[in-house]
Amino acid sequence: MLRFIVRRLLQAIPTLIVLSILIFAWLRALPGGPATAMLGDRWTPEREAQLNAALGLDQPIWVQYWKFLGRAITGDFGNSTVTGLPVIEEIGRGFTATVELSFFAMVVAIGLGIPLGYLAARYRGRLLDNLTVVSTLIGVAVPVFFLGFLAKWVFSSQLGILPPSGRQDVEINSTSVTGFVTLDGLLTREFDATIDGLVHLLMPALVLATIPMAVIVRITRASVLDVLDEDFVRTAESKGLGTATIRRRHVLRNALLPVSTTIGLQTGLLLAGAVLTEKVFVWGGLGSLLAEAIELKDYPRLQALILLAAVVYVVVNLLVDISYAIIDPRVRVGR
Amino acid sequence: MTPKLLQRRRERIDELADAGDAGVSLAKDALRRMRANPVAITGAIIVALFVVLAILAPFLAPKDPRTQYAELKNQLTPESIPGPMPGFLLGSDQYGYDLFSRLLVGAQQTLIVGVLATLIGVAVGCTLGGLAGAFGGWVDTALMRFTDILLSFPSILLAISVAALFAETNQWTVIIAVSMVAIPVFARLLRGAMLAQRHSDHVLAATALGVRRRTVVFRHILPNALTPVIVQATLTLATSIIDAAALSFLGLGDPDPSRAEWGLMLAESQQFIEVKPELAFLPAAAIIIVALGFTLLGESLREALDPKKRR
Repeated sequence: MLRFIVRRLLQAIPTLIVLSILIFAWLRALPGGPATAMLGDRWTPEREAQLNAALGLDQPIWVQYWKFLGRAITGDFGNSTVTGLPVIEEIGRGFTATVELSFFAMVVAIGLGIPLGYLAARYRGRLLDNLTVVSTLIGVAVPVFFLGFLAKWVFSSQLGILPPSGRQDVEINSTSVTGFVTLDGLLTREFDATIDGLVHLLMPALVLATIPMAVIVRITRASVLDVLDEDFVRTAESKGLGTATIRRRHVLRNALLPVSTTIGLQTGLLLAGAVLTEKVFVWGGLGSLLAEAIELKDYPRLQALILLAAVVYVVVNLLVDISYAIIDPRVRVGR
Repeated sequence: MTPKLLQRRRERIDELADAGDAGVSLAKDALRRMRANPVAITGAIIVALFVVLAILAPFLAPKDPRTQYAELKNQLTPESIPGPMPGFLLGSDQYGYDLFSRLLVGAQQTLIVGVLATLIGVAVGCTLGGLAGAFGGWVDTALMRFTDILLSFPSILLAISVAALFAETNQWTVIIAVSMVAIPVFARLLRGAMLAQRHSDHVLAATALGVRRRTVVFRHILPNALTPVIVQATLTLATSIIDAAALSFLGLGDPDPSRAEWGLMLAESQQFIEVKPELAFLPAAAIIIVALGFTLLGESLREALDPKKRR
């Protein structure tokens, strides 16, 4: 087991190195260089030279990469050109907001997705199954940001029952312990803050959950159908096991293996998906920071966030591989 | 590369690649099953209507979609946007253009963006995949390493990164950014399908007869390996249209308001949703229906071509 984990860790290193080179090169591929792009209308030759010197862009390219890598490892991505604050500080503040949102989105996606997928497979070809399949197809066809605006329009403007944006009501004065609004309320026994946090989370979490949920439903359904055809299920049936036992111990357990992979993959994608949702709900997390950086051409911040999202994706994949090896012993041996 | 998951994604693509393995009879068989499948028919009808509408749009539009009409513009206030009135079936949009004509012509622009992005994805991806599949060896290894790196980026993020590279965005930068997401998928797909063909009997027979390698690749391997590419292209058309809309929403789209494209119309009308909800709802509905049409068609094609389900 340990050997497997070490091997996987080592395999991830070249990926991360290539990613860092790509993202380093990305900023330098901007037409006219990053300084020109950042200055925009305020461009003068002197200002460009000044900014190039400030960003270290006048040094040889491999020196620049080496420094970039060294700083990236210590978390130094320079200062945001919009706020002037260190990018890492901004990311630190946005991080908890995004993690909280993603966590609840995944709870929704898994909590509804697996039962729905399972039921659809069990009642294959019946009304429930058809409805589920059609809604997963529609779920993927709806632009996420439109779904957000639609929800906001219905539940905030028209019905007025849910807050349109933000993480917390201005009137709530809760003490910040962890930065997670809902958790802080529980820790400090300010339960109204927790409830307020959950109310604010409801719409954004549901919107962010649509695509992962649609994917989880489809994979669960397909996987359960596959397992139902397996010989061991027939064996279990023929040796007279109860239907409930077969479903729980044989079908569900084996069917969830591919589902766990999908869950991991979708978790890795959440950070990227959060850009659209967070922009709609003015969430103030990493997605909002990324959307703002695009609008204001804040390249240091953009670079850091893209690198972060890619690294998170790679690391989540790695974690899924390891957990997969724990669940399924065949993986450890390798094919 | 990141092992297990990437491998899953690869396997999914490779599995689809195998689908084309069974040759002509499979295509006939697939067509027969498509005709019996209501899902496939629904998808095909939506796609056909969309394409016809997109082609005929300029002739059908009652007004010029690129003219801001004074009678509409004069009535624009922050609180109200004119609704239906004589000559303007759905009234105005936020700029004083005729909403109905823009929706019609929008079909054309949306089709252009979707088709061009998919075509670039297919062309570049298939060139890479075709080279890898035809030559094998180090060419294959190098090209597949490259596609693996692109695949290890979350797809929307890849499109955002590419689009953000351009100092000024326009229709072409959107198309290029969206096509980047599709390139690695098509490369892997065609390579897989070609590898599957390589070991088939008819290729072996052609080689044994002394047919030149180039002829074998172009006449015997490629035509049979194209089926899964067609399936994937259908699905890519749907995602391209949605991704282009997302880029518009993030401010990375084509900023020209006189160009009617559904994604752009949707993205720009969000702030007017209180004033005139149709401004957002109609292009959104159009995008959803068309994306659904391509998805239904693609998924049922995939299912019809799946050799496992043929038994």
